Amino acid sequence: MIAIIDYKAGNLTSVELALKHVGADCKVTDKPEEIARADKVIFPGVGTAQSCMDNLRNLGLDLALKDAVNSGKPVMAICIGQQLIFEHSEEDGGVDCLGILPGKVVRFDFEKERNVKVPHMGWNEVEILKPHPILTGFPDRGECYFVHSYYVKVDAPELVYAQTDYEGNRFTCAVGRDNLFATQFHPEKSGEDGLQLLRNFLNWNGKQ
Amino acid sequence: MLSKRLIVCLDVRNKKVTKGVKFKGNIDIGEPVELARQYYLDGVDELVFYDITASAEKRPIDIEMVAEVAKTIFIPFSVGGGISNVDDMRRALLAGAEKVSVNSLAVKNPEIIRQGAQAFGNQCIVLGMDAKKVPVSDTIKSGYEIVIQGGRTPTGKDALEWALQAQELGAGEICLNSIDADGTKEGYELELTRMVSEAVQIPVIASGGGGTCDHIVDVLQQGKADAALIASMVHYGDYTCSGIKEYVSKKGVKMRLK
Repeated sequence: MIAIIDYKAGNLTSVELALKHVGADCKVTDKPEEIARADKVIFPGVGTAQSCMDNLRNLGLDLALKDAVNSGKPVMAICIGQQLIFEHSEEDGGVDCLGILPGKVVRFDFEKERNVKVPHMGWNEVEILKPHPILTGFPDRGECYFVHSYYVKVDAPELVYAQTDYEGNRFTCAVGRDNLFATQFHPEKSGEDGLQLLRNFLNWNGKQ
Repeated sequence: MLSKRLIVCLDVRNKKVTKGVKFKGNIDIGEPVELARQYYLDGVDELVFYDITASAEKRPIDIEMVAEVAKTIFIPFSVGGGISNVDDMRRALLAGAEKVSVNSLAVKNPEIIRQGAQAFGNQCIVLGMDAKKVPVSDTIKSGYEIVIQGGRTPTGKDALEWALQAQELGAGEICLNSIDADGTKEGYELELTRMVSEAVQIPVIASGGGGTCDHIVDVLQQGKADAALIASMVHYGDYTCSGIKEYVSKKGVKMRLK
């Protein structure tokens, strides 16, 4: 069973529906004990860093997630979930995050006269830097759906699996370490290529 | 590089996708879920569903349909029509919609934008606006006025000011429809689209007037739109989404191709 962590951060329905579509047995849950029992964990989310961290801590889900990562079971984080597994976010005036991976979350910062739109919203190319079981069968420079104003700056380059260019800013869009994999884009909203990543997660044993 | 988006709009009446034909009323095109699936497989980037009779019938949006669509396609889609408060928004988003769209409601009660953005995030709230060309005046400095009720009722609101105000209130995107161009198939209103798109920092979807692939190229290049909305071009089978995107891409606009 796959536990989809419900920390009251926006819409989890699309993740659940996409996982069911590819044949997963999954459940949306806010109970640490269910996450502990699950075979795999998805850490999704839409929202702001501060409210997400508050909710995680209040529900005891921060520890449940760290336990899941430490246990070796496959864990996949999406969008704000990917951001929160790093150490710190500059959103909301600065928020300490889960600190599972080294790095920080920063806002897109373009010169005002360029009038670059933030959030970065829409379909953009995912440039794969090195293979990973979750990326199997995904076309290099295939496009995925993004919607975000912040991105991660990873302190350990060896953890970066894919990057994306937005108006000259090449940012990390997929990271991984051991049994943990995370994307800035939304595989559940990225058509058939996105579903392929979720299928790969279903088949993944958490090893590289 | 971020791709420009092609979005198909489905107007839903009595559980059928319908298309208004000038002076002839509406004709049915097909089942919403089947059409959604068809456009999804044909490579459309996003879909918009408007429950066009919900407001008149004073009922909320058809949530069953939203839930069925969400099970069938795995790209973003937004819904509008029959959204009258934050609870309606919540139901639509929980059923699997990515965004909700407000139009007349926001004109009457701009605070709904702020409330929706605070509850669900800016990216979930799309402001739909219908603009009509009018003589420049002290109140309508941009020369485009916001109209509601399908263009029948002028509001005295300047379109450009309204776009900026909506952005300030927390709208994550603007769907900008030209009432003058709508239904003409003679091309989008490029001047209006460019003016709004260059003034705001949020994405702008151009709507109204799309009849050929070159119209789409023009509104994405000259009009500076982030996305183009179409309906009849594909509803009648004259074009396919993949065909349009290939053409537009060959003209130098970045599009997501299969």
